[in-house]
Amino acid sequence: MQADDFLDITDVVCPITFVKVKVALEELDDGQILEVRLNEGEPIQNVPRSLKDEGHKILSLDDLGNGTFTLLVKKGGLK
Amino acid sequence: MSANYKELKKGGFMRQRQPNYFSMRLKSVGGQFTAEQLGTIQSVATKFGKGYIHLTSRQGIEIPFIHLDDVDAVKKALAAGNVQVGVCGPRVRTITACQGNAICPSGLIDTQKLAAEFDKRYGGRELPHKFKFGFTGCHNNCLKAEENDMGVKGGVKPNWSAEKCIFCGVCQAVCPEKAIAVDKSAKSVTLDENKCVYCGKCIKSCPTDAWQGQSGFVVSFGGLYGNKIAVGKNFLPIIFDEEKLFAIVEVALQFFKDHAKSGERFRTMLERVGWEKFISEVEAVANAS
Repeated sequence: MQADDFLDITDVVCPITFVKVKVALEELDDGQILEVRLNEGEPIQNVPRSLKDEGHKILSLDDLGNGTFTLLVKKGGLK
Repeated sequence: MSANYKELKKGGFMRQRQPNYFSMRLKSVGGQFTAEQLGTIQSVATKFGKGYIHLTSRQGIEIPFIHLDDVDAVKKALAAGNVQVGVCGPRVRTITACQGNAICPSGLIDTQKLAAEFDKRYGGRELPHKFKFGFTGCHNNCLKAEENDMGVKGGVKPNWSAEKCIFCGVCQAVCPEKAIAVDKSAKSVTLDENKCVYCGKCIKSCPTDAWQGQSGFVVSFGGLYGNKIAVGKNFLPIIFDEEKLFAIVEVALQFFKDHAKSGERFRTMLERVGWEKFISEVEAVANAS
């Protein structure tokens, strides 16, 4: 699956993690896909849940094995 | 007016080091006060106290510097503004609670509703020593369930359905106990129920609602956080039925009454009498259908 945009939030902490994801999603149209690189721990606990709460659909999550993950999310995919 | 300290203490008057002054404890359930009540408290603190209040460690309010001579007038003023006096001494104390699932996105149970119901059923009940209930809405444990004589924590037992799952792996990543294993290539998901702490993070983060579950109560007994510190023990499976929860409370309070010496805390009694006896009595009620 090809992402329409890429965002790295491994250099920020909560709540900036989700704020940056929200801002990046604002730039996309419904149905477009954002690829997000995020850290294990607090970001992985909260970002996927917040995306679900706001109606975006997670398509996949890859554990890169170095303490980071790659998340593919479809804007408005749950609406 | 004679200084019947025992009576005053029962009615929430905490003796101060300054002679004839009391810090007046107000009744709180789950740490909620209405704006009307706050107005009453403000006026009493201004008129009879020193113009300030103290927030207690268990979500209560005290008004310091109430003079013995003003006790009746203060009681009257508070009652007129729908503020009740709190309890002290050997009985069921202030029931604490977080905001629960009525407000908090993490909440799994309605802690405020439960705290009010517990207050109605057990508030102020006379016992061998103080007894504290606390409610926390989820595994994040903002209200520290295990520091109470009896703590109730919201939990949810997860169930996975294969039809909806897209094997994205989010549940495995969010599970704080590493209880979930997702095999993307074999398209399998396994949950180790012995590791599950009922936090519900898998359910809340699942993009397809392949994880669902039923909310319930995770109960702990015998917490202390004063002179002696002890973490409340959880030995029961998650409970889904409110009536069962009430039945368990009755067993615990009766056990406390039957076995504790006067002035002995619940935990201390359990250590002396033996946990096994208590556990078997509680389990008999918990496992009854």
